[in-house]
Amino acid sequence: MSDGRLSVFKTYKLYVGGKFPRSESGRVYEVTDPKGKWLANAPQSSRKDARDAVVAARKAFGGWAGATAYNRGQILYRVAEMLEGRREQFAREVADAEGLSKSKAAAVVDAAVDRWVWYAGWTDKIAQIAGGANPVAGPYFNLSTPEPTGVVAVLAPQESSFLGLVSVLAPVIATGNTAVVVASADAPLPALSLGEVLATSDLPGGVVNILSGRTAELALPLASHQDVNAIDLTGAAPDAGLAKELETAAADNLKRVLRPQHVDGEDGAGGTDWTADPGTRRLTAFLETKTVWHPTGALGASGSSY
Amino acid sequence: MPTTAPAFADATASDSALRRFLHGLPGVDAVGLEARAAALGTRSIKTTAKAYAIDLAISMIDLTTLEGADTPGKVRALAAKAVNPDPTDRTTPRTAAVCVYPDMAATAVAALAGSGVKVASVATAFPAGRAALDVKLADVRDAVAAGADEIDMVIDRGAFLAGRYLKVYEEILAVKAECGSARLKVIFETGELSTYDNIRRASWLGMLAGADFIKTSTGKVATNATPANTLLMLEAVRDFREQTGVQIGVKPAGGIRTSKDAIKFLVLVNETAGEDWLDNHWFRFGASSLLNDLLMQRQKLSTGRYSGPDYVTVD
Repeated sequence: MSDGRLSVFKTYKLYVGGKFPRSESGRVYEVTDPKGKWLANAPQSSRKDARDAVVAARKAFGGWAGATAYNRGQILYRVAEMLEGRREQFAREVADAEGLSKSKAAAVVDAAVDRWVWYAGWTDKIAQIAGGANPVAGPYFNLSTPEPTGVVAVLAPQESSFLGLVSVLAPVIATGNTAVVVASADAPLPALSLGEVLATSDLPGGVVNILSGRTAELALPLASHQDVNAIDLTGAAPDAGLAKELETAAADNLKRVLRPQHVDGEDGAGGTDWTADPGTRRLTAFLETKTVWHPTGALGASGSSY
Repeated sequence: MPTTAPAFADATASDSALRRFLHGLPGVDAVGLEARAAALGTRSIKTTAKAYAIDLAISMIDLTTLEGADTPGKVRALAAKAVNPDPTDRTTPRTAAVCVYPDMAATAVAALAGSGVKVASVATAFPAGRAALDVKLADVRDAVAAGADEIDMVIDRGAFLAGRYLKVYEEILAVKAECGSARLKVIFETGELSTYDNIRRASWLGMLAGADFIKTSTGKVATNATPANTLLMLEAVRDFREQTGVQIGVKPAGGIRTSKDAIKFLVLVNETAGEDWLDNHWFRFGASSLLNDLLMQRQKLSTGRYSGPDYVTVD
């Protein structure tokens, strides 16, 4: 440092249950930029960290799923506000992590904040497009309403450490699910910093839990975990064998599985364009439809009693 | 069994003799006690040892429901769970007992007939113990008549804290006399005794009065069983057997919710009292939610997959 000040190194931590623990295993691994320059040590989570994260996510589920959609939207918007205030930090971390120029990294962060706001707006609108009144041949009101699935394990994309992460995480929690996120293995730092933003945004602890480490090591216990209700395999895209193994493990308790896909719907392991319009596919992937039949009373000679 | 071990017959001769004896017990080194309990809690128990510990812990549980809202249906459901904790795995051991209020004891006895699972009933105006002696004794008689195999009594903490040790002692004697063949567990409510010295005194008082078990707490106050106060009581039963040859059981109750915690207690038992106590005749856990966590851990060990609360019963 030119002014003779000692540098203050940051110890990156996991984000589990609203707290910032180190890995239970005590392990860390070196995170470098694409050219191999050391950036920081990140915690290398073990399957026990994954288990703890699932417990935290399950604990948070009732409160988050039960919150009004309006309230969830407000909290997610608050997250975007906090992100906005930290744009420079994230731009720097994204530039380091992905080897982007400063201006490109700034554009990526702006896109991520906009994406977050976009999903925040969806919280109280998704029910209108994914549910509604069904026409039935009987004296009933028949209403379908989308409900969150539960605890969703999210394997964040490997290549897009921040915009990609936001694009897979925000739709999961917008609809009332809670998430256990496995950050990009080689570029986990923006994800771990996102945990700090979430912790200061009124988001209840445990709604989002962020783990860093080797994707394969963490993904398998999550995919076979009996208390995880769905899994997003985006981060397993580069390894088709792993993705298949995870899908098989997930079948055991009938998890919802979101396969790695391009935004345009084409299956494959190639790069996804995270800047494209995401549509509602990721919002609806982790919803379940509850349908209620409500009797309107017998139809008399004069027709409906209504 | 003699109600008072002969070696200590003098100690209980009068109120002043009893006070002299209890206050003559060595003071507890609080820092050392807590450090010892914490140190023993760091043991790593894995694989086959863990499987053994989980099964042992399940077999030591007094599966408990002590709520104002208890119904016969709930007691029967709990009894079914005690007999067959994990319906998907018949190798799971049964719990030691089901613990209920006296008016539910008959329901529990009927539901558990022939299963080998015992029925424990709290009595003596549980949990406060604030009632006249004959009311308490009637409570005990009720439970024994209903067929309870074990009686969990509470001591009169008010009298104990006021220093009227002989009153507490005589009350335990009277309750013991009503128990007949039922084993008597004496609850000290350690969270209300304020000091470790008092817990040590209460332990000795209970053992002198003929308790078959000494039990930490009711589960109804803020501080229940902790590793430190359980360690202290384990030391007391160990010392008591050394001096009198009489073995007495220990039951921590309340606040033990995870397998990890339960295994820590088992380590305390093994390292303090010894292997003789690693049996549900001599050591129990008073718990309800602990069983589900043990079952989930057991499922994890047998399948390799993490289980979840959807795979155990809600009680």
